[in-house]
Amino acid sequence: MSVSPQDVEKVALLARLAISESDLPEVTERFGRVLGLVDELNTIDTETVVPMSNPHDMHQRLRPDAVTRQNDRENLMASAPAQDQGYFLVPKVID
Amino acid sequence: MGLEVHLQLATQSKIFSGSATTFGAAPNEQADAVDLGMPGMLPVLNEEAVRYAVKFGLGIGARIGERSVFDRKNYFYPDLPKGYQVSQFFAPIVCEGVFEVPLEDGTLFPIRITRAHLEEDAGKSVHDAFSQETGIDLNRAGTPLLEIVTEPDFRSAEQAVAYLKALHSLVTYLGISDGNMAEGSMRCDINISLREKGADALGTRTEIKNVNSFRFVERAIHSEYERQADILESGGSITQETRLYDAEQNVTRSMRSKEVANDYRYFPEPDLLPIVIDAEYIEAVRATLPELPGAKRARFIADYGLNDYDAALLVPNHALADYFESVVTAGGAAKPAANWILGDLAAALNRNETDITDSLISAAQLAGLIVRIEDGTLSSKLAKQVFDGLWAGEGDADQIIEARGLKQVSDSGALESMVDAVIAENPDQVAQYLAADEAKQKKLSGFFVGQIMKASKGQANPQMVNELLLKKLNDQS
Repeated sequence: MSVSPQDVEKVALLARLAISESDLPEVTERFGRVLGLVDELNTIDTETVVPMSNPHDMHQRLRPDAVTRQNDRENLMASAPAQDQGYFLVPKVID
Repeated sequence: MGLEVHLQLATQSKIFSGSATTFGAAPNEQADAVDLGMPGMLPVLNEEAVRYAVKFGLGIGARIGERSVFDRKNYFYPDLPKGYQVSQFFAPIVCEGVFEVPLEDGTLFPIRITRAHLEEDAGKSVHDAFSQETGIDLNRAGTPLLEIVTEPDFRSAEQAVAYLKALHSLVTYLGISDGNMAEGSMRCDINISLREKGADALGTRTEIKNVNSFRFVERAIHSEYERQADILESGGSITQETRLYDAEQNVTRSMRSKEVANDYRYFPEPDLLPIVIDAEYIEAVRATLPELPGAKRARFIADYGLNDYDAALLVPNHALADYFESVVTAGGAAKPAANWILGDLAAALNRNETDITDSLISAAQLAGLIVRIEDGTLSSKLAKQVFDGLWAGEGDADQIIEARGLKQVSDSGALESMVDAVIAENPDQVAQYLAADEAKQKKLSGFFVGQIMKASKGQANPQMVNELLLKKLNDQS
């Protein structure tokens, strides 16, 4: 599968990755190689194989619905770059 | 139109962590390292969230996914600290079903449910409290949500609202959510597109996000319909986009910031294993289902002889329906019970800004009042006075009748002398009455009834007064 530099720029934007103009050709080429591998996998006939969503042959363990955590805001916020009145502060988001 | 409802499940703790889900706590006091998306934290699934989702599925007769899988929905927003929301995309826990929505005329309107899946709620962004920054409160992050998605089966705002009300009633009956829309426990996204008259295909749709009241849903739909119709009629085309409803201006607005992000690149959540649900589990949950609104409505009509209208008002609110049944069980006749509950009692509750669970009149007390009306002790006028006494806490109906001396006078001897006295005191009116034709007589007799009721302080049995009066007046001629 061939990948265009525009495809790479779109994926980079969605993943919030900055790729410089000079790196773009090389990243595009490598990106294409990865997808080439996926194309190769796609040639295998998996018609009779049950889809696997997790490599472990187990199912989810559940926990009882109980509150086991108490307020630990002070500790948890200690490393936040900015906070005020109990809120984490981030650059203004405008909708 | 199709609707997506985000329903907060009424669990004590979050879907993947042991933090509390209580509404209204101080910012970030109910968010632990898992909710904050700290590196290395692993989610552990809450069994109650799974059970509630299965309950919902059984409640609408849907197929339960025997093996459902969590996926990551990837997007960046400050109130989503991990950079992805854990949701279910490829294999939801509740699969297709049909939900029968009762319309006002009592008919049922089937809405196809596409799916319902479990996911975690995001945090809250506070935009107006800080001048240069946005505040983030992650208390809500990780609250279990059930997202309920319908097929595009709605053709009017009224149908959409009827569906939401029925859904609200169902989930509160099931006890899986408090359904408190003002606190965001039930939020609605509306997918709306127009179709040319006679055409089969629907046009380009827009999505209106996060509408949180029945009234706003109705108004947002009307407003977006007008907007799309105007564009199409003037030859324009609709852009597929996400919009927000502005209740103050009654318009929908484009949410430009989310446009580029509409590519969520779902993939299976590697930190969680598939949820496997077997038939035994499903049957165990099914055994805990209460009588649901649809069945209760049918039973109220069949067993108590209520009409569609009364049943439609009593049933959606579980507590109200229970109250009604308690009144009937305590001996109150069904139809008068419905009338009192939906009339005077509802008005009194409204005035006191409270609801049926805090009624100052118990079901047994209301039944006692109804019994005294049915046996002729109370006229409807006296009954209102007893009702006021009940509300004021003066005891039960019989105590109030005794204390206030409100017994209706049905003793024919006593009534007869009252009628005689009024006739004797008003010779002019009697002469007028006797001279009048039949239609006019009917009107004039009202004067005498009024006088008698006044003399008896409202306690004369009006039916008996009428009979006696007509007989005595006609004897005068």
